[in-house]
Amino acid sequence: MDNAIPVLLLITVVGYMAGSIPNFTSVGSLADMSRQIGEFGLIVIGMTVVMLAGGIDLSVGSTFALADFTVLALVSVAKWPIALAIAAAVAVGALVGLINGLLIGYLRLRAFLTTLVMLTLVRAVVELLLQLYSVQIASSDVESDFWDFIGTGSVLGAPFSFVVLIATAIAAHFVLTRLRAGWRIMAVGGSRRSAYNAGIPVRRTVCQSYVVSGVLTSLAGVLYAARLSGAGPDTGIGLELTVVTAALLGGNSVGGGRGSIGKALIGAIIVSLLTNGLVRLGLQNGASSMVTGFVLLLAIAIDVRWAKWRYKLQSKVYVSPAYLALPPTPPIDAESSSPYAVNDRLSAVEIIGLGEVDGPEDVILDAADNLYCSVRQGDIIRFLAPDYTRREVYAHVGGRPLGLAFDRDQSLVVCIAGMGLYRVDEQRNIRKLTAETNRSRFSIIDDSRMRLADDLDIAQDGRVYFSEATIRYGFEEWVVDALEGRGNGRIIRYDPATGATRTILRNLLFANGMCIAHDNRSVLFAETWGCRLSRYWLDGPKKGTVEILISDLPGYPDNINRGSRGTYWVALAGTRTPAYDLAMTMPAFRRRMARRVAGDEWLFPNVNVGCVVHFDESGRILDSLWDLTGKNHPAITSMREHRGYLYLGGVTNNRIGRIGLPDADPEWTGPTSYWGGRP
Amino acid sequence: MFWGGVSRALLVRDQEKVVLLIAITLFCCFSIFLNGFISAGNLLTLVRSVSILGILGVGMAFLVIGRGIDLSIVAIYAMSAAWTLHLANAGVSIPLAMLLGYLLALAAGVINGVLIAYVEVPALFATLGMASLVYGFARYALVPLVVVYMPAGASGIAWVGGGFVFGVPIPILLFALIALLGHAFLRFTKPGRFIYAIGDNFAAARISGAPVRPIIVLQCVLSATIAYLAGMITATAVSSMDTNVTNSSMIYDVILVVVLGGIGLSGGRGGIRNVIVGTLLIGILLNGMTIMNVQYTLQNVIRGLILLAAIVIDSILNPRDELTAQQGDI
Repeated sequence: MDNAIPVLLLITVVGYMAGSIPNFTSVGSLADMSRQIGEFGLIVIGMTVVMLAGGIDLSVGSTFALADFTVLALVSVAKWPIALAIAAAVAVGALVGLINGLLIGYLRLRAFLTTLVMLTLVRAVVELLLQLYSVQIASSDVESDFWDFIGTGSVLGAPFSFVVLIATAIAAHFVLTRLRAGWRIMAVGGSRRSAYNAGIPVRRTVCQSYVVSGVLTSLAGVLYAARLSGAGPDTGIGLELTVVTAALLGGNSVGGGRGSIGKALIGAIIVSLLTNGLVRLGLQNGASSMVTGFVLLLAIAIDVRWAKWRYKLQSKVYVSPAYLALPPTPPIDAESSSPYAVNDRLSAVEIIGLGEVDGPEDVILDAADNLYCSVRQGDIIRFLAPDYTRREVYAHVGGRPLGLAFDRDQSLVVCIAGMGLYRVDEQRNIRKLTAETNRSRFSIIDDSRMRLADDLDIAQDGRVYFSEATIRYGFEEWVVDALEGRGNGRIIRYDPATGATRTILRNLLFANGMCIAHDNRSVLFAETWGCRLSRYWLDGPKKGTVEILISDLPGYPDNINRGSRGTYWVALAGTRTPAYDLAMTMPAFRRRMARRVAGDEWLFPNVNVGCVVHFDESGRILDSLWDLTGKNHPAITSMREHRGYLYLGGVTNNRIGRIGLPDADPEWTGPTSYWGGRP
Repeated sequence: MFWGGVSRALLVRDQEKVVLLIAITLFCCFSIFLNGFISAGNLLTLVRSVSILGILGVGMAFLVIGRGIDLSIVAIYAMSAAWTLHLANAGVSIPLAMLLGYLLALAAGVINGVLIAYVEVPALFATLGMASLVYGFARYALVPLVVVYMPAGASGIAWVGGGFVFGVPIPILLFALIALLGHAFLRFTKPGRFIYAIGDNFAAARISGAPVRPIIVLQCVLSATIAYLAGMITATAVSSMDTNVTNSSMIYDVILVVVLGGIGLSGGRGGIRNVIVGTLLIGILLNGMTIMNVQYTLQNVIRGLILLAAIVIDSILNPRDELTAQQGDI
């Protein structure tokens, strides 16, 4: 989308020029033009690198002239070998870049003015040098095939400078998108402070970007020198304007972080064609200055407004609610005979860690009865058995840790929203398992990256089955996904044996809780906005198929976990309301709401009151536990049974609850259920 | 930290005095060592030669105090005056030619202001693009000549640049007058105070109810108006206007005058007094170098180095405020 306008503009300009200038598309004309684009494009790439890092380099015009002078003086007057002279000229450019970088990166001067001053300073130096040597340069001639090849030679029909440009562009693209140095530049430009906090050497990175610009500019100067063999006082005058215009016009953003080498090339080609075409249209002096100024103003105005309106526009277009008809709600009245009938059994919970945990989305217990939970600060908190009064930060994993599970080695595997699937071993070493899956073929947004890994469970063969709630929103935007009611979720399988990550189920309505069945032949999963639980067969005759287990929950299911005696638990994070259910059948209404009404006035799904539901292998509801008073655990997102107790966590709670289960097997624990007794 | 802050505060307040001291020291040195420097004729020449710079500095100061900058001031200065002369040459009556010339300057100023205030383009970019646009448009459509001479029939306004009052050249008096008016505007009028508020903390000024956008447009209009006045003074003083001045380093001299005098580029500080001090220092320096017969290109290098030093010192004395500086504020 960002590239559409520049590309359209390019096509328009080419079309206009081709139509109005005779011989515009002839081979000779194209070769000549691409040679100039080669030189110009190099400088634009340098400028783009600087702009991506959040700066600007206006000194390019003078650096260009200085490099041009240096290489000519060294080759024709000092009679240096050509390769050495070129190296010296590039070194001079790098030096100018380094001075810029030291002043702006390390002394933190303002980039615009500093490079503007460097522009005049270097220009004055060039004029001083020209006074001394210009006659000698003009009177001597360079006799060298290599020199002529640089200036006028071709590689496979393409002018040498154009080939240099393409090679540089590919290399620069690779560095910016694949290598650490490039990522650092993008990070610094994207948010200087965050980059600093993330440990990136901001000052050095900024400094480097100017050196890159200096090197590329001087390279262009060398190519120019070889082509024209002239150094005059007007070399490179006003170049900085056209270069900045090109970089901006391609869609690179002032202030950094957004942009690419591809954009730089598009901009470079448009501006070269434009200025070149104006000359060939025979317009008088001043015209190119006028057009450059106008295009610059236009480009920056679009850039500024686009950056500002982008999110507004996006939020208007992006949210796309779908039609979702839920089955009728089962009764939950206290008087009804429904298994979901509200009761007050949770008012008897014991409280663990009141005020010491912030949003324990998931809770889990290890074989030694210690209690773990994932909290908002990006920590895994551990409460030590037997009384759970001692609290420690077990590991700081960052992100927003959600679902937890123990694997065969007693390592904690954790789903982290915004990061992916991670593993914390018994020595508390944190390791990323996976953060990317296969990209779906026709998806417009890049869904290979995991935005909201939610819950997981581990099969006997060690494969991790985990859910990603939605591919379209981050954790803090879950409510927008609820508003969409669209199948944005998916289930992903990570195989530690091969390291492969595959998406196995798509289009789920906020895929949430995951639980491997007791017989290890299937995995149960919850779809929160669909209010249903389903079973995905891992083995047996129905392998690879999905069947719905419970289709009409009275609320929004969250985590599912095993219970003793072959049963399961599921937490309902909230209960359905008639108004919201009705709204889900009216996508146009919800779209209008998303566009017209401020976010905090939207219709919300009720996530204030929920319960814990107990069910068996066949999906029959055995029981439900509610907190009628709403004091302790009105909203519950997870629960674990352990030695006759049920431990409760909630994504908005400040405590963990525990309640005795009279009917449960007092010896049953999760780790033994999954991995048997520990040797 | 505390003592650093105190000494910095002292330095900021004293930068003007330091510059003045340097100017006086240079003045004394030149008076002693350079023949003919101290003569009344040379001194008048000195001030006269920089009075245009000083006038443009006043215009620039309005924007810099409001944390902006006007890189198009020289282009407006040259092109509006050149067009006026060209129109007069073509037979348009002098008042009408002057009016049209001023309208060109005014249009450029208003567009600058709208771009900065309403479209929210950074001032640096808006005025950089505008400089190119004004020069290119004027050269392309309005003024076909590189150097435009004053018509013979315009002797009625020749006194502006060439006249004397009590032996003092009128450009110097006009510089004094514009500086005085500018000072009064900044100190005693409500818009003037708002400019300081905007420069100090734009967001705070805005939520306090200052009409920030109209004020920014006003700044640009004032700067364009002053640029036009300076252009007419130059045109009448040397009976011509060289449009190439747009592409010269004059714009940096204007910035130099403002920054050297002690108006911080981060805005909110300084006043017209600083412009005068900066102008005098530059005048003494340039005049001294010319008497010493320093080559023009070398003078350029020296001026560039001084400007660089001035910006480095400025950024140390007036560090950018991390709270009010914005991402992408380059």
